[in-house]
Amino acid sequence: MTGLTGNHLGMNLTVDDLDIENVAFFGFCAKGDFRLQKCKQNGLFRYPPTTRCPFSGSPDYDWVSVEPKGAVHSYGEVHHAIQPAFKGKTPYLILLVELDTQKGQPGEHDGLRVAGNLVTPDGALAPPEMVSRVGIGSRMRMVFAPVGEDFALPMWTLDETAEQPASPWRYPQE
Amino acid sequence: MTTSEIDATSPKHLAGKYAIVGVGETTYTRGGGRTTRAMATTAISNAMADAGLAAEDVDGMLSYSGGDSTPSPFVAGDLGIRLNFYMDVFGGGSSTEALVGIAMGVIEAGMCKTVAIFRSMNGYSQVRIGGTGARSAVPVKGDEIHNRAYGWQSAGQMFAPTFMRHMYDYGTTPEQVAMVKVVHSEHASNNPKAYYKKRYTVDEVLSSRIICKPLHLLDCCVETDNATCIIVTRSERARDLRQRPALIRSVAGRCCKPRSDMHYQSGPISTVAGHYAKDILWPNAGLGPDDVDVTGAYDAFTFTTMLQLEDYGFCKKGEGGIYVSDGTTRLGGKRPNNTSGGHLCEGYTHGINMVIENVRQLRHDVDDSCPIGSDGKRQHTYDYREGGCRQVKDAEVSANLGWANPGTGSAMIMMRG
Repeated sequence: MTGLTGNHLGMNLTVDDLDIENVAFFGFCAKGDFRLQKCKQNGLFRYPPTTRCPFSGSPDYDWVSVEPKGAVHSYGEVHHAIQPAFKGKTPYLILLVELDTQKGQPGEHDGLRVAGNLVTPDGALAPPEMVSRVGIGSRMRMVFAPVGEDFALPMWTLDETAEQPASPWRYPQE
Repeated sequence: MTTSEIDATSPKHLAGKYAIVGVGETTYTRGGGRTTRAMATTAISNAMADAGLAAEDVDGMLSYSGGDSTPSPFVAGDLGIRLNFYMDVFGGGSSTEALVGIAMGVIEAGMCKTVAIFRSMNGYSQVRIGGTGARSAVPVKGDEIHNRAYGWQSAGQMFAPTFMRHMYDYGTTPEQVAMVKVVHSEHASNNPKAYYKKRYTVDEVLSSRIICKPLHLLDCCVETDNATCIIVTRSERARDLRQRPALIRSVAGRCCKPRSDMHYQSGPISTVAGHYAKDILWPNAGLGPDDVDVTGAYDAFTFTTMLQLEDYGFCKKGEGGIYVSDGTTRLGGKRPNNTSGGHLCEGYTHGINMVIENVRQLRHDVDDSCPIGSDGKRQHTYDYREGGCRQVKDAEVSANLGWANPGTGSAMIMMRG
């Protein structure tokens, strides 16, 4: 098995060949298939990839497709970019989207909160007018940004087919 | 003492047995023009002089850094100190209190007698703490892809979802949180050492430019170049030294939320590690929040101060916004926080300066502008107007709450010796 190399907005991304969990995860993303590890012992998914189930400690799992839809759980809106790759791309949103799958499990306040940027349906970082429409509660669907061979990143765009909240929660000072 | 009291997980038998006996720092600067090695030796030397300790009295050293400092053996060598123990650990804001605990442990184990703990950093002119500069452009590898590839890298970016969710869950307002900066800036104006001594208003905080919502520029700490040091030894040894000791009642070190590798997966994300650390901190101290006279809640950002004060139980869950904006945390209030001005104003040190400040508070000898009397002691006026006093009257107990990230924190309770 070989590792992954990619490029995203000019950033070099690498996954070492020993890191079999991340190699598999991003490989499925490259096929447009969002899969998470499902523990063979307790049937729970986890994100991001880990070597053992954080809830049972079991090393045994299957990669199982998960519906990549959910609602924004929280976010950050970057106006002063730190990394050179994001200079000139502000404002951009860092989203934590809580999947509908396994919401409130294993604990009442737990969930699968999958990171990604807000992007257009074709995968480009969202323009400012789209950024200002998304907040906590917004319904999202996943799209994939290809960054290399067998290597794509999960990203989030507004779910056009879902019923959106009338006014998703946004930072009050606007 | 009952058997349960000497359970290893509840070491009440150590409460008060160790003390901070010396504190020291360099000038808080930008472009100080000195190596971390040179600054570390100055801060430690100042702390030794403060305590009345000679080189042969110090035989242990601990430091922490992100690979941006100088290892203990070099610093000790420059000071003529022969070490029986040292360790240089990786880490930032959750290190100070954790390393005090480690120092107590190694002294208790008989490995050495007196430990100098230091942090030396050119956080402005070399490795920038805000994450800009060379560090911002490093290649993104493995597990980091799940955050850095999304432009989710600096401390402010990484913590923003916690801060946002607290506002969503509890109705915390930008105006309430801005009061943290306002109050700390008032304190800094009474601290001749502070890098920023200007007093700010809520409007000035909220009209400063947005860095990463919900953070404005003035919600973020200052970047400075400096070294800081505290010296830990047995309390009984402190009797022969220059200063009244600050007795350590309890410590919690790098206490974590579940899955601290990706803490956003578990628990309410508007709850931070202090929620867990408080159950170590208070029982071991034999004290509670009501007993505390002065706090040092880590202010990498305005929000971090609020979240920690709340989760350590200084107010009800969700009422942190009220607590930091109703005057409680101000000099002259019920329980002032970060009386030096902290990281938002005095200088950024990854936590040690807030412990130094509370040690001086417990000595009733903070270095403000009050006149020094004929007995060589500062004559505190308790007039907290700009440029005036910053001594908390009759301070007996302090709490320091250190922050690495929402998922990891450290804490320490000290008492006037």
